Amino acid sequence: MTSPALAYAADAAVAADGWVPVLPGAMVLLPLLGFVLNGLLALRSARDSSAALRAGRDWSPLVGDRRPATHTLPTWIGPGVMALAFGLALLNFLGMPAEMHDPVVRSYWGWVVTGELRIDAALQLDQLSMLMTLVVTGVGFLIHVFSVGYMRDDPGYPRYFAYLNLFVFFMLVLVLGSSFATMFVGWEGVGLCSYLLIGYWFSDREKSDAGKKAFIVNRIGDVGFLLAMFLIFGAFGTLDFAPIFAGTEGQLAAGGALVTAITLLLLLGAAGKSAQLPLHIWLPDAMAGPTPVSALIHAATMVTAGVYMVVRSSVLYSLAPTSQAVVAGVGVLTALVAATIALQQYDIKKVLAYSTISQLGFMFLAAGVGAYTAAIFHLVTHAFFKALLFLGAGAVIHSMHHAAHRSHTDFDEQDMRNMGGLRRHMPITCAVMWVATLAIAGIWPLAGFFSKDEIIWYAAAWAGAESNPFAGPYAAFWALALLTALLTAFYMARLMVMTFHGESRTGEDARRHLHEAPGVMTVPLVALAALSVFGGWINVPEVLRSSFAGLFGALPMTEWLHHWLHPVTHAATSIQIAGFGEAAKHAPLGGGEATWALLSTLAAAAVVAVAVRVVGSRKFQPASLDSGPEGGLRLALYNKWYFDELYDAVVVRPVVALSRWCWRAVDNRVIDGLVNMTGSVARLAGWTTSLFQTGQVNMYAFVLTLGILCFLGAAVLL
Amino acid sequence: MLAPAIYLSAALFAIGTLGVIVRRNAIIIFLCIELQLNAVNLAFVALSRHVGIEGQIYVFFVMTVAAAEAAVGLAIIISIFRHYETVNVDKFNVLKW
Repeated sequence: MTSPALAYAADAAVAADGWVPVLPGAMVLLPLLGFVLNGLLALRSARDSSAALRAGRDWSPLVGDRRPATHTLPTWIGPGVMALAFGLALLNFLGMPAEMHDPVVRSYWGWVVTGELRIDAALQLDQLSMLMTLVVTGVGFLIHVFSVGYMRDDPGYPRYFAYLNLFVFFMLVLVLGSSFATMFVGWEGVGLCSYLLIGYWFSDREKSDAGKKAFIVNRIGDVGFLLAMFLIFGAFGTLDFAPIFAGTEGQLAAGGALVTAITLLLLLGAAGKSAQLPLHIWLPDAMAGPTPVSALIHAATMVTAGVYMVVRSSVLYSLAPTSQAVVAGVGVLTALVAATIALQQYDIKKVLAYSTISQLGFMFLAAGVGAYTAAIFHLVTHAFFKALLFLGAGAVIHSMHHAAHRSHTDFDEQDMRNMGGLRRHMPITCAVMWVATLAIAGIWPLAGFFSKDEIIWYAAAWAGAESNPFAGPYAAFWALALLTALLTAFYMARLMVMTFHGESRTGEDARRHLHEAPGVMTVPLVALAALSVFGGWINVPEVLRSSFAGLFGALPMTEWLHHWLHPVTHAATSIQIAGFGEAAKHAPLGGGEATWALLSTLAAAAVVAVAVRVVGSRKFQPASLDSGPEGGLRLALYNKWYFDELYDAVVVRPVVALSRWCWRAVDNRVIDGLVNMTGSVARLAGWTTSLFQTGQVNMYAFVLTLGILCFLGAAVLL
Repeated sequence: MLAPAIYLSAALFAIGTLGVIVRRNAIIIFLCIELQLNAVNLAFVALSRHVGIEGQIYVFFVMTVAAAEAAVGLAIIISIFRHYETVNVDKFNVLKW
């Protein structure tokens, strides 16, 4: 009973600072309860439909006067458990003392207790995990409500909500877990739910393949995460966060090989989950799932888990400057590459998917320059405006789908070339999506302006830190980040113009059936729009407070998030400052934060205006008449820089060829050969000995006698 | 007197064994088996003088079994003969694999 992990668990079970969290376990278990109830309804619904099928009746829960209970109860259970969980999260969030220095760890039972390893099933409540919980349950609740309208006519309605609730459960385990191992449970769980929901319409081969692709690509990252966990256990003898981060400085040499290896392997895991180069290829395909799923899992929460993990391990990263540079480099390259691809996509969800990858790249850049608060800040604001963008796209697709369905015409309902002029039919959706677009483009005073500017500024400031060994590369990252921010403004404006403005390219018949989304869908949109406007005000930098950006001191809550996360990030920050000195006050080209903030928002606004002009004046053809770009850079972008083709040639084909060889040579020849050989040897032996059985009685008697004589002879002679 | 009796018994047993191995006629093989049994009987009787009365008691058992065996064996031979119309054991070789 003297292991450090055990002593720590016993101590921390008592709430530090006298604060007692309100039912933290219930917060996590409520979505699980929702999963169980909805899952039972889904099983019931499946039984009903197969019984009807056996009886030869044509059965659908959606045809007829009244929907069965299996398709009405999830409406209340799914969003209901989310509302309760959000309420609890809010209660805990408001109750948590901001200056609480040590995390509160609630240990429920010893999950793995073997030898030196002890892993508790425990929840860790601190400023970071509570903020994540609030985002997951809050945005999650709004998306659940939206789903009620979006998935209303789907036969798998209860199954959908079962998966969605299960996802939230695992996501909460991920953010609230108190050790790398419990985090890994949530990590794998959300991966599973992602797979289930991408392949939700599993009867479509392409969609179930997309689910498999996401799962397999994530496995590569998970290997990195696992290896990192082994190294951490080897170095610290525990996987619990608190003792690891408290004891890091003494145990690991700064910049040493071990801490660099751990952080690089963790980065591999994070890159898989957060779709960073070179493991980003699964996220665009993940758009095969229902659109609210894309909003919840593939924009707002799950894909940000990698960022969360890097911030959680900030102490380790700050000890490994090489890894930090790699994180920043991967982030900014991903941001740039994804943003360029988004310029030339026609599928509305693909544009948003690449935009998500790009914004995740920004978050990694922030983590890589040690601006952990900025990373989490952008994570939060991005959750607001990207969820809004996806849900808005969902409303558009919903409307297009109905139009196609009711007019009995067949066209790609996600292709922006088939849209145009939707503003007249969907004014609310159009308005809230413009809000989100301006927010992501970084237009003052919306959420994205503050969070993205913070990241870009920190990249600049970090490049100028006194003894930064990678000053040159960081300056380049800063320039690329600025460029990417402008590209963001362009592709988002292009999306808006192609979808909502200009001439309608939807067919004459279909156009009459276009309609605004029902209230259950527009209310979450409006709520998210409000968050996208005001969300940035939680962390207005002190420097900008008195400038135009802070409304000359009128904006409240200056640097609130920075102070709130201080207990989590200060250890990493102080290591960094000790190692490389204070960050610079000027960008590499001169000018302070306020100058560059003004410049970037003006540039973004200019790019939006130019994009509206340029794209608005272009004549688009409906997708059936348009053959896509003809060549050059546009074709390369349209084909996503040929990443899929590259992986196909370098990875998929060799693996398939190797497998084929293993099947033909190793399996068919060697293994089957060995198995068959044991058979034939036994057969041969049997055939040989059967020759002795002649059926001749005399022969038997002779052999018998001979045998007895041999024994007798042996007995006498020996 | 013991040694000549044992030698005689051994000779009779050897003759019986040889007969079982080399002859083809089922009746003769059968007779040879009886010869072996009786060779053993002789050895029992001869040895009982030195060992005790148990040897002679065993002889009765052996004769009883031999009688029963003769009855069953002859019945089998007769039914085989009815089927094959021969008692040559070379012809009875269907009892194999």
